Amino acid sequence: MSDVRYAMVIDTRLCVSCKACVLACQAENDVPEGFCRDWLVEEVSGTFPDLSAENRSERCNHCSNAPCVSACPTGASHIADGGVVLVNHDKCTGCKACIGACPYDARYVHPDGYVDKCTFCMHRVKDGRQPACVEVCPTACMYFGDLNDPKSDVARMLRTRKHKVLRPETGTDPNVFYLV
Amino acid sequence: MSAMKRRDFIKIGGASAAAITLGSALPTKFWGLDANPLHNPGTDGDTVVPTFCELCFWKCGVLAHVKDGRVTKIVGNPAHPLSRGRLCPRGTGGTGLLYDPDRLQKPLIRKGKRGEQKFVEATWDEALDVVAENMAKIRDKYGAEAMALYSHGYGGSWFKHLMKSYGSPNVAAPSYAQCRGPREVGFRLTFGDGVGSPESTDMENSRVITLIGSHLGENMHNTQVQDFTRAIDRGADLIVVDPRHSIAAGKARYWLPIKPGTDLALLLAWMHVIVKERLYDRDYIEQYSTGLDKLEAHLADKTPEWAYTHTTIRPRVIRETARLMAGAAPASLVHPGRHVTWYGDDTQRSRAIAILNALLGSWGRKGGFCFPSKTKLASFPHESHPYPDVLPADMPRETMYPFADGALASGICDASIPGTAGYDIKGWIVYGTNLIQALPNPENTIKAIQELDFMVAVDVLPAEITGWADVVLPESTYLERMDELHAPAYRTPFVALRQPVVEPMFDSKPGWWMAKELGKRLELEDCFPWKDSEEYIRERVQQSGLDYETLAREGVILGKEEPAFIEDGIVPSFDTPSGKIELYSEQLAEAGFDPVPSYTPPEEPPPGSFRLLFGRAPTHTFGRTTNNRFLSSVYDENEIWVNARMAEEMGLTDREKVVLINQDGVRSEPISLKATQRIRPDCVYMVHGYGHDAKGLTFARGRGASDSRLVTRFKTDPLMGGTGMNVNFVSIERVTA
Repeated sequence: MSDVRYAMVIDTRLCVSCKACVLACQAENDVPEGFCRDWLVEEVSGTFPDLSAENRSERCNHCSNAPCVSACPTGASHIADGGVVLVNHDKCTGCKACIGACPYDARYVHPDGYVDKCTFCMHRVKDGRQPACVEVCPTACMYFGDLNDPKSDVARMLRTRKHKVLRPETGTDPNVFYLV
Repeated sequence: MSAMKRRDFIKIGGASAAAITLGSALPTKFWGLDANPLHNPGTDGDTVVPTFCELCFWKCGVLAHVKDGRVTKIVGNPAHPLSRGRLCPRGTGGTGLLYDPDRLQKPLIRKGKRGEQKFVEATWDEALDVVAENMAKIRDKYGAEAMALYSHGYGGSWFKHLMKSYGSPNVAAPSYAQCRGPREVGFRLTFGDGVGSPESTDMENSRVITLIGSHLGENMHNTQVQDFTRAIDRGADLIVVDPRHSIAAGKARYWLPIKPGTDLALLLAWMHVIVKERLYDRDYIEQYSTGLDKLEAHLADKTPEWAYTHTTIRPRVIRETARLMAGAAPASLVHPGRHVTWYGDDTQRSRAIAILNALLGSWGRKGGFCFPSKTKLASFPHESHPYPDVLPADMPRETMYPFADGALASGICDASIPGTAGYDIKGWIVYGTNLIQALPNPENTIKAIQELDFMVAVDVLPAEITGWADVVLPESTYLERMDELHAPAYRTPFVALRQPVVEPMFDSKPGWWMAKELGKRLELEDCFPWKDSEEYIRERVQQSGLDYETLAREGVILGKEEPAFIEDGIVPSFDTPSGKIELYSEQLAEAGFDPVPSYTPPEEPPPGSFRLLFGRAPTHTFGRTTNNRFLSSVYDENEIWVNARMAEEMGLTDREKVVLINQDGVRSEPISLKATQRIRPDCVYMVHGYGHDAKGLTFARGRGASDSRLVTRFKTDPLMGGTGMNVNFVSIERVTA
């Protein structure tokens, strides 16, 4: 294991829920029709005219304490270099134990039979490129990088900005953070 | 991708015990012990071709990845100033247009009655001969000016050139009288110049941004949204005026859920506060403007208390927001909007926005509006027939819209109904615009079409308008063709190239080829003295002192950054009669209009009815993209937003199907109800561009409802002829199964 810890930081104040990230992901990762690895949540609370809204691009949280990895009977779901949760297609039987275990509903069964989800675009990251969703975002609301590098954008954002993770009560220790 | 599929794996899994005893290569495949391979989806292209997008009209630079002859993905070109490596959803979704199974594939000639959508396939020679014969007939019988071109899209330039050579001034796009025309005129009357497209705003440096009905983020012009969110990131405050809690409203420090149609009252009250409290930029106003005293007199009784009775916005909020925007001046932008044809007084409302910006001193200042510059390009050296010396027929007889500075698409449509205009229009070329949805009152558009001698539609998809044509010509998509160079006025001057990424599919052809072939048949060959578009573009680029190969490789060549602000030393000039910013307009007074904008209350919706408002989704450009299956994977149907309390009172539940009935009894297609807190109780809202009924749009057909169908009424802007379309009222009925 390297001591890199990849993380994504998403600024909900900038996101406009345009879904460019969803389409860029589908094109980049050849995601089959009818599925997606990332999605948008528009959360609005209050009663007219006293309303507040939050826009979030959501995906696999690449949890440090990943219930999907614990649940996987074959070792297909694993924590790879950089702390990224990946699925080895060859080892996956499509049993869906991980889908039941994931509190974020981030996984789906690929028509080819294995379970699929966000990979943080590790095939790009290894070449020094950003994940497709981060690259395309017209609002520049997403940051990706190494949380263990204090000079990275993600580390800087989490040091200086108020943030949260999704469903902290599940104790999954996510690596996707939301600036609020 | 690994060749091993799940089934193969299960087989190996079953045999694993045997495999271990054999000690073969298989142990590395044993549960959990091998190195996990990093899966690569392999969508990077073997070649990557830069070009620019056409999913909307912003024209962002893109890089198209091509693998085995197929476009695998489209990403932003980092070198292009309008994309900066980023794209909106539509730009990403260009492959959904290229590979749309419903594309027009062959030229078509009408077989049945107009509108029956019955055609026979034809060869290009047959189809072009029919078009040329009919154009020649119209020229001989009525004069060339009886032919009109509607054009929306960048490939239209070739047809505009054809029309100019042929001899008709009747060239229009719905983007003027049905969209941004009033804004351009309102700003021109005030500053002597419009805001153009891309808008000359400098939002990224704004400290306060005020949006009036503009739903940036949902209205997704890439760089504009980039600048908008960059400003938010830098701490800019937003004031959002919108009857609906838009995405932008959700980010605002102040959301003003205004009563629809009363924006001008709010603008006047803001100006009242700013002038009365002496919060305006005094040096700027003194140096550059004229008419402050008359403006001040006009504003005397336009108090926030007065505005409250019209707008329902509390006086305290009006004062606070006026002070907030003035406190940040001149880096305080009151955004001019884009689609502004709402109530028929749109030029005056746009002028009020312009005057408010003048008071803030934001025109020509950082964080307000810049003075853009453009790359100068040489024109192609060819014989050009002089522009015909005849006025367009876009205004009704005995009516003048004295401040129109563009041709009215709606007016040309009306001129096709005999006796309506100065002379009759007898033939249409419709390039890339679905007039059935783009113009108000589709019944009127159809009536006009039935009067025509001839109509040809040039399009990529079989939109409704093509069903009414006599000849349909299938155009190649933007990814298969070369178009005119793009060098707009912008903060950073540049020139960009649209070049083919893949070969044209089916029997489609690029617009330049069609226009040249028609020119040949109309004895206008000397107007097209180039072999193909590449020869034409190469010549222009080289004559401009630029290198074509560099442009083809990079997709864009940047010009020298010029000073763009008064702060940079620019001495502003104003192309108005007084040479100054006209807070009070003598030329409007002379023409019999309000020299300072005045407010007239809008008509009220009848009891039980709601004002119909419409707007955009970030994934779609009107109805042009609603058949795009890729884009539709994230947004495939519009819904009608209704205030949750009103829905409850009517006994309607969220997501149930309803029908809208307008004041003239026109019924919509069934549409899903969105019962929400995010809209006022007196209006409803839907995304424009749905409710298609064209047979050929097999995906979009029958999805959602068409706002256009319900826009049977509109109010014409007396200054420039824009069609204010937010003047229709609907009631809501449950769909009974």
